[in-house]
Order: sequence, then C-alpha cells, then structure tokens
Amino acid sequence: MNRTTPILSVRNLKTYFLLDEGTVRAVDGVSFDVVPGQVVGIVGESGCGKSVTIKSVLRIVEEPGRIVEGEIYFRHQGQNGRDGSGANEDFVDLVPLDAHGKRMRSVRGAEIALIPQEPMAAFSPVHTIGDQLVEAILLHQGVSAGEARQRAVERLHEVGVPSPEECVNAYSWELSGGLRQRAMIAMALSCNPRLLIADEPTTAIDVTTQAQILRLLRSLQQQHNMAIIFITHDLGVIAQIADYVVVMYLGRVMETGPVDDIFHDPQHPYTKALLKSIPSVQSESQKFLPTIEGSIPHPFNRPSGCSFHPRCVEFMPDVCNRRTPIPQPINDRQSVSCFLYHDAAGED
Amino acid sequence: MLQYVIKRLLLLPLLLFIFSVFAFLIIQAPPGDFVTSYVAELAASGSSMDQIQIDALRELYGLDQPIHVQYLKWMGQILRGDLGVSLDWQKPISELIGERLLLTVLLGLFTFLFTWMLAIPIGIISATRQYSVYDYVFTIFNYIGVATPTFMTALILMWLAFSRLGITVTGLFSPEYVDAPWSVARLVDLLKHIWLPMIILGLDGTARLARIMRANLLDELKKPYVEMARAKGMSEWRLVLKYPVRLAVNPLVSTIGWYLPLLFSGSLIVATVMNLPTIGPMLLRSLSSQDMFLAGSIVLIYCLLAIIGTLVSDILLAWLDPRIRMEES
Repeated sequence: MNRTTPILSVRNLKTYFLLDEGTVRAVDGVSFDVVPGQVVGIVGESGCGKSVTIKSVLRIVEEPGRIVEGEIYFRHQGQNGRDGSGANEDFVDLVPLDAHGKRMRSVRGAEIALIPQEPMAAFSPVHTIGDQLVEAILLHQGVSAGEARQRAVERLHEVGVPSPEECVNAYSWELSGGLRQRAMIAMALSCNPRLLIADEPTTAIDVTTQAQILRLLRSLQQQHNMAIIFITHDLGVIAQIADYVVVMYLGRVMETGPVDDIFHDPQHPYTKALLKSIPSVQSESQKFLPTIEGSIPHPFNRPSGCSFHPRCVEFMPDVCNRRTPIPQPINDRQSVSCFLYHDAAGED
Repeated sequence: MLQYVIKRLLLLPLLLFIFSVFAFLIIQAPPGDFVTSYVAELAASGSSMDQIQIDALRELYGLDQPIHVQYLKWMGQILRGDLGVSLDWQKPISELIGERLLLTVLLGLFTFLFTWMLAIPIGIISATRQYSVYDYVFTIFNYIGVATPTFMTALILMWLAFSRLGITVTGLFSPEYVDAPWSVARLVDLLKHIWLPMIILGLDGTARLARIMRANLLDELKKPYVEMARAKGMSEWRLVLKYPVRLAVNPLVSTIGWYLPLLFSGSLIVATVMNLPTIGPMLLRSLSSQDMFLAGSIVLIYCLLAIIGTLVSDILLAWLDPRIRMEES
C-alpha cells in the first residue's frame, strides 16, 4: 500500500438540504484527501458543514439532506482483502451506492467507523454496552457470539477500561463520561477500521479526560496505522492531534495544509482571524480578545461571492462579493481559496 | 425487583380499603335508597306499599342504620368472602356477576391484543415512512377511528353484517348456548361471536395508540443512538426494531394499567347496543335502582382490576427499562 495514495478522496462534494423554505447548501463543493496513517483535522465554527461532510462520507445524511454532486472515493478492501496485502483493493465511489444497501453497509462500521460527539446519547440506554459492542462485531465478522463477546472485552481492555468484564454488562448511564467515550472508541475499533471518523469526540467531556482521550486516539492510530478524520471547532485540539488541517466556513473549504503551516503561516484571512481569537498566555492581560467581526450568516441568506467577504478584513469591493474563489495551491503545501492569492473562481 | 413487587402488593389492601370507602360514599350520595326507588317503581306500575311495609323492608336490609354501620356490615361480609345478596335481583352477587366478569375480562383481553397487534405495526410504518402514502392512509384511518363514536361503529357493522352476510351478531353466544353450562362447543360459539365486539371496541383504541406510537417513534428516530446504529452498518429494519421501537414502546406500557377499567366503562354503550352479557350494563342498572351492594361490589372489583393492572404495567416497565429498575432498587 502506497502511503501517499489516499484512502479517502472527497471531490467537489455538495450536500444540500432541500427544505420547503429553501435550499440549505450545508456542504458546497468540498474536496480533501486522507492518506493512510494520517490524522486530518476538519475545523470550523458550528454550522460550517463539517458534521454533514462526514455524514456524507458515511452516507448517513438524514432527510431531507442529499448529496447532489461530487464523488467520495474510498479504497475499499472487501471481505477477502482484510489480510492487509492490498491485493483486493478497489477504489469505489461511495456516492452512487444505495445508502442502506449491502455494499455501503459492509463499508460503514467495518472499514469506516464513527466516534460520535456525545457518547451518552449515542449508546442506547436500555441495552448494555456489551450488547451494542458485540452487535458491531457480529455484523461484520463471521465469529460466534461467544467469540464476539471475548473480542469486545479485549477491545475494552485495549482502550483502557479498568474492568472490562464488568463494563460489558453495564449500561451507558452507569459509566463516567470518560469511560463512556472509551467504550465508544472500543466499539468503533471493534472491526479494525482503516478510517476512523471522530466527530468532536471530546466536546462532551472535561478537559483532563479530553487530554487522555486524545492521547489514546493518537496511540491507537499509530498501533493500527489507521487514518483519522477529526472534526472539531477547537483549534487547540487540532494542534495536538492533527497532521493535516482543513479549514471550513459555510460549507466551503477556505484553506488546507499541514498543521505546522496552518498554525505558523496561515494564509487565508479567515484562518488568520480564527488563530488570533485564541486566548494566549503570552498576550497582555486586561486586553480584549480579538474576535471576528459580525456573525455567521443565516443559511438561507448566504452572501454572494466569497461567503466570508462581509466579515473579512481584506475585503476587496467588486471582487470578493461578485465571484466565488475556489481552492488553489499557493505553494507546495498549502492551498487557499481567496482572491488575494489567485484569480481562480468557481461557477455560482 | 422482588422487593419492589412485594412492597407494591402490601400496599394493595390499603388502597382497596380507601377505594371501598369512597365507592360506598358515592353510591350512597344520591337522595333516597333502594326502598325509595323500589316504591317508585311499584307506584309506576300501579301498586303501592304502606308505610309499615316500607319500614319493615328498610329494617330487613339494614337501610335504617347509620351509614358507617352499613359500611362496616358490608365490609365484614366481604372480608368473609361473601359479596352479599343483590337487593334488586334477590340473588347472591357472586352468582350474578361471575360469568359477566369473566366475559368482560375475556373481551377486554381480546380487544387489548387486537389493539396492540394492529396499532404498533401501524405506528412503526407511519413513523418510518413519514409523509408517505401509507402514512397518510393510516392517518385518515386513525382520525376516522378516533372521531367515530363506538356505538356508531357498532350499529354500522351490525347492520352490514346483517344486510350483507345475513348474520345476527348481537350478544356473545348463539341462543342455544346463552344459558348452557361451559363446554368446548360453547367456547367455540363464544369465539365465533367475540370478534365483532372486539373490532368495534378496539378500533378507537387502535387509532389512538397508533398515533401515540407514531409520535413517540418519530422522536426516538432523531436520537443519536439511531445514527450510531446506522454508522455501525446495521440494516435499517433491524436497527429500527431493536433500538427506537423498543424505546418508543416503553411509555405505552405504562398505559396498560388503565386499559381494563377503561374498557369496563367504555364498553357500556356498545354492550347495551349489542346486548353483550358484560358487566357494564349490570353496573348501570344497579346504580339506577340503587342496589348498593351490587353496585359496590362491581365498583370494588373495578378498583381491584385497576390496581392490579397498574402493578402489572409497572413491573413490565421495570423489566423493560433498566433505568427504572435502577431507581427502584
């Protein structure tokens, strides 16, 4: 397996919600790649389309949401290719597949797994942790119920649950927040996925536990050589875990690049503004924290041209509000969609 | 769990005692007593009674005594396992209501099963296929079901059965079995008759239950655990039945308790229209003739069924929902 050929390649993805009041373009032409063993952080404010992007990848966008355009290529192994040789790999576009069909379901949960935002709500309160873990194993691996239970216990042990035998029989509401998220991670890992999608997995837990969970994910990622897509609005978390960063705003990608470049040499005015609004220990005290002017526009009332232009400090009249910039590489690492750097525009 | 059940069972006699006091007081509340209405009935048919006879009758039934003495005498009897004698029918009450009670409970059980077996699947289909043709058809059916009075449904179906199929569908037995002792043939005859009142009584409940099930399930389908199950790669039907349906049914289980008493009173009009030998019409008659021992006994049994029903639904709920089990232990 070539390390630089992507395991997931999202191309010009557009996921719209067709409501009676109008169309919400939640994801509007997003492209990015994930290579094996890489942690890609998708960062953006709430409502920027990061969750819808990963739901589109998993093909679990709820009604009336629909993928209207674009491709999601995934390096699919299939059942007989699990030896890791890569012999049976094929590059499938997930978009034309039936979302509830067999093919998609053999990818979902087995090869691409999800760690949800709130483990409390994502576990059924009337089924035991073990029941839900065993179910995930039985769905994708041809093992007996006893064997599946054994594996569930092993997984719980692996993610650092202190007494996995007891945890198997516990209900989610009997566990602490950190343990619950560990159990969730165990469930996501249960079928050895090659791509793990973590949707703000640390938002619902306190900061110290958050750090433990991030360390755990990092070490698991290295052990299993998984790729991870990590979604968050927290730039601090991104700095800790990501190798590569995708910055999103209102359904579009503003800037992409390796984590060091994004933090030390941001190019897009939005990325710059985001980084400036992080409180720093080095900054003067008693000083106002810089914020981004204005607020996120209503989804039905998206600004024309570059959707960030009303809040942008570098706004160029008659340019940014007329045409929509598309991401273009500006050096060998970063890619930016902004007319400050290039003239490439997409259709409106 | 066991502790909880025992605790609830110990409460049962206390509850029954409280209910019996209220039942007795309410039955005694209207002016006059059984003798008054008996005299009125005699007067209506042209004969009369003199005051001495009236007083003798009052004394015979103990109606001249203060109300608490009457209550204690009645309770004493019941505690000895004797429901007493109906003033109106001049027969032991246990004999009068025995079979009627059995048939009422049987009809209730059939109606209950019919309602749940129809309403839950309808609710599931309506919720999972919200705003589809199925959903609209079921919604229309449900509104008709809720809006049509049951006696109306009874009359329409009876007329249809008579005019199209040529069968008379009143009562729960064919004439030759009405007073016959229990036998397999009588049971078969009962099953041949019970389906129509079952449908009539069940339609209204089915419509309501299906609406509630639909609403509950729609709420549950939006929960993150459903999305998580989907993300695991479960097939849609399996995950819907395993997770959200299970959680949507839980609140409905707590309504089982009220079901039987509700059917008791709700079926009164239908039972009258269809001439069903159930307990509703007898309670009505005993109340209008102020046959207080009969009315009291029926109301007491009513209460007992309500308490047992609630207990059963609470136990069922605790068994289904570990969170409730946790709270109780």
